[in-house]
This record gives sequence, structure tokens and C-alpha cells, in this order.
Amino acid sequence: MHALSIKNLSKKYKSGVQALKSVSFDVQKGDFFALLGPNGAGKTTAIGIITSLVNKSSGSIEVFGYDIDKELAKAKSCIGVVPQEVNLNLFDYNFNILVNQAGFYGITRNEGKKRAEQYLKKMQLWDKRKTDARSLSGGMKRRLMVARALVNRPKLLLLDEPTAGVDIETRRMMWNFLRELNQSGTTIILTTHYLEEAEQLCNKVAIIDEGEIIENDSMQNVLKKLKTEVFILNIEKPLNEKPIIEGYSTDLNSPHEIEITVTQDQGINSAFISLEKQGVKVLSLRNKNSRLEELFLDLTQGQTGDRS
Amino acid sequence: MRTQIVGMMSLVRKETTRVLRIWVQTLIPPGITMSLYFIIFGTLIGKRIGEMEGYPYMEYIAPGLVMMSVITNSYGNVVGSFFNAKIQGHIEELLVSPLSEVSIVIGYLAGGIIRGLSVAVVVTFIALFFTQINIKYPIMTLFVIIMTAGVFSLAGLINAIFAKKFDDIAVIPSFVLAPLTYLGGVFYTVNLLPEFWQTVSKFNPILYMINSMRYSVIGISDVSIQNALMMIIIFFIILFFSAVILLKKGIGTRQ
Repeated sequence: MHALSIKNLSKKYKSGVQALKSVSFDVQKGDFFALLGPNGAGKTTAIGIITSLVNKSSGSIEVFGYDIDKELAKAKSCIGVVPQEVNLNLFDYNFNILVNQAGFYGITRNEGKKRAEQYLKKMQLWDKRKTDARSLSGGMKRRLMVARALVNRPKLLLLDEPTAGVDIETRRMMWNFLRELNQSGTTIILTTHYLEEAEQLCNKVAIIDEGEIIENDSMQNVLKKLKTEVFILNIEKPLNEKPIIEGYSTDLNSPHEIEITVTQDQGINSAFISLEKQGVKVLSLRNKNSRLEELFLDLTQGQTGDRS
Repeated sequence: MRTQIVGMMSLVRKETTRVLRIWVQTLIPPGITMSLYFIIFGTLIGKRIGEMEGYPYMEYIAPGLVMMSVITNSYGNVVGSFFNAKIQGHIEELLVSPLSEVSIVIGYLAGGIIRGLSVAVVVTFIALFFTQINIKYPIMTLFVIIMTAGVFSLAGLINAIFAKKFDDIAVIPSFVLAPLTYLGGVFYTVNLLPEFWQTVSKFNPILYMINSMRYSVIGISDVSIQNALMMIIIFFIILFFSAVILLKKGIGTRQ
């Protein structure tokens, strides 16, 4: 059974904007699925339709086999969602926000309190349980929204840019937590602008652009489609001019840093051999951009401007 | 079904707690306003008016003043609570949950009725300082207060569903509710009006609610009590299903 099955989903807003054009994709149970795309590509619209915040124009959606047109309440019971925008009741206590949310999913108050404690502790917010949401920092509000999305113990967790605007430490903490959650069986769909995040966490990826799916495969297969990768090499002795390596395009970023573009069929070994022959000792190597970022830019042809 | 009941009770609890938590905003202002009405219209002007329909003026206006508080507060409670949830976005907590539209409407309705009832108790208590209140038909009084609070809670909910900005929730109370309440016979019997205006007054739904309340408390009414009670019940049913349908269609709440 698919955790999520979307078929021919279309959405045309009253303004005339066609946000989704007959989009179809499946998410397998247990997947950590990245839904990527430039601003205005249709990611948030897709999540809005799955959670019934946006009415679809046509198409069908099944969540763990429940058709949202026929068994909406059952489908919703399987879902937890962290929206892109902060949508907390800013004047209520953080503990109450979670207990109430559990209640809306039919979880008794006593059980809701236990879960609220569990997830507030998990998100390192337990000491803030008796303060209201408006007194939290931006990162804390995001963590509270993640905790809120988990109180019904969803089988499918939808994360719409959950780490936008949070500091590095919090982001790493959330990555670890989400990995654990996925390993424990929760299917996760993630939209993010941090492509490194998607590359680190997700095993499947779909790229959506102008309302259409332009790529949908395993992360491994998608990355194989990368035609070129750019590496940065740190070298021991400074150079005055860029080294010539036959078959490779190189650049000298600084006396201690060489930039080298490697095509998929080349590999980087022969570049190292050539450098060694020239007496250049490489101390370390790293990707200039996330590999997924390079592919993303390649596929969306640099059309990453805000179209929303 | 169990999910719906537990979910609905959570929303009822949330809305009720809100009314009681901010009691300084929800219960004290109507108490102060009504005290002023009793002092000015009852004690100062009322003494010069004398009797209305055979009752001391203060005793005559007391049920209407209670009803006036119930109407404005139940309406204000739901329109404020739901619109704030829309503006802050946390209405999505309900919309993404498995709660049905009926459960959501009942949850907000309960909050409005609790506020209406609480305010009715506060205003009645204040009225006792100025006049005697011997409730003739207590069960009918309770029924009328609950149903009227319900009607205006639902009206407030529908206003909030359509509202896009704060002005939209201020217009109805100022330009519709207040005039209809003042012209609904709180301070006078419509029998004092010329025949033409008596007929016009009978198109004012609030007239029926105020007269139902007055009948249940002191036993007199300008209109047939059966018609008045029927009118309240019909309004309640129409507004309840309208609110449910609007939420189901996602008007004002879903894109």
C-alpha cells in the first residue's frame, strides 16, 4: 500500500493561476520523500490539497488507501502537518496548544497531556510549556509546530520547509530527530529550500516546476543524472596560476584553492594523477555546491526566481 | 464517532476556557454597561416614565437589557474567536484534523452560549440591586437565553467566516445589531408606536427574542409567544446549517 498516491492532480486558483497541472506521484510507506521546486512551483499547493486546506480542481488523492473524497476524516487521521508559515495560537500556553490538538484528533485529555509532555521534551521546549507561543523565538515556534504535528502520532508527516529560518544547531537537532522518526516507521514528505537537507535526509525525490513533476526517482538515481560536479581542492603549496589538467576545466580561486569541474564519465582519479605529476599535493576536497543543488539548477534551468 | 465526540469536547473546552480565562474582558464590561443602563434609564429617567404595560419601568426593561447583553456578547465572542483564529492561522489546527464541520460549529456555538449565559447571570445579578425579578417561567427563560445566544453565536460565526479584515467584523455589530436591538423593544412596547412602525417592527427578529424573554420573566409580550419561540427555533436551524455548509464548502477558510 502507498502512504500517499496522487493521480492527475490539478489546481487552478480563482486568480487564473494554474498551480498544479495533472501531477501524479506515489510515496511508499516508510519513505523519506523530498518534494522540491522553486518558489511558486506548486509544492505548498500540493500539501494544502493533501491536508484539505486547499480545494483541488481535479484529480484524486489516497492516504494509506483512504480516498480524501470519500473518507476524508480517516485520511486526515493518518496525517501530521508542519506548515510553512507560523500558525500557532500566539496567546495560548504551549502545553495547551498540544493537548488541544491531540483532542481534535480524538485523543483523550489524559493521553494528550502525556503526549504533549513527550514531544515538548523531545523538541527541548518542556521548560516553555507554561509560556505562550508569542514569547518563543522563531526557531522555538518551528519546533513547537513539529511537536504539534506529532501529537496524533501520524503515519504520514508533511513538513513544508520546517527548518526555514532556524539556526544550524537547531536544524541539526531536527535532522537527527526526523531521521529517528523515519527509521521508526513514519513516512515523511519534506519540502525545503535547503537542498543539502533533502540530500542528507531523503531516499526519494520529486522535483516540481511550474506545476509539473519534472523528476521523480530515488535520490541515488537522481544524483546519477548529474552531468557535472564541481569540486574545490585545497592544496599544500600556493600556486600563482591555475594548473592545466588535460580534459578538465580548472580555475584558481585563491593560491591555495583549485576549482575543478568533473563530468560524470570522467571521474576525478586522473585529475589527481595529473596534479601529482605537477608536484601539487592535495590536502582536502569538497563539493562546491550540494550535488542536488547542481542538479536542481540544471533541471529547472536556472528559473529559480519567485513566481508565487 | 468517538473521535468526533472527543474532538468536539476539546473544542468546547478550549472555547469555554477562553471565555472564563479572560473574564475581565468577557464578563465585567457588560456588567458595567448594564449598571449604567439601570442607573440612567431605570432609576433616573424611569421614575419619570412611571409604568409600562402595568409594570414599573425598571422591571419592564430588565429582561430586555439581559437579552441585549446576551445578544451582543454571544455574537462578539464567536466572531472574535473565529476571526482571530483565521487571522493568526491556527484555524488550520481544526481544518487539518478529522473533526467534522458539525463538530467545529458546535464547539464555537458552545463558547458563545456559555458567554451568553454567564453574562445573563451577571446582568441579572446587577438588576437585582435596582428592581425585583420574579421569574414567571424559569425553564422558558433558560431556553430563550440559550437559543438566542445560540442564534447570535451562529450569526457571529457566519460573519467571521466571510470576514477578510477587522472592519468586516465591526460593521455588523455597529450598523445592524445595535439599531435592531434598540428598535427591538428593549425600552418600550411597540404598542406605543404608530401602526405603520408597529408593522415595520415586526420584521425585526430581535423584537421576538426580547419579547420572549420578557414573557418568560414577567408574563407579557407584544407578539404571540408561540410565534416568537418558533421564530427563534427557525433562525437557529437555518443559521446552524448555513454555518456547516459554508465550512464544508470552505468559503472563507479554504483556498
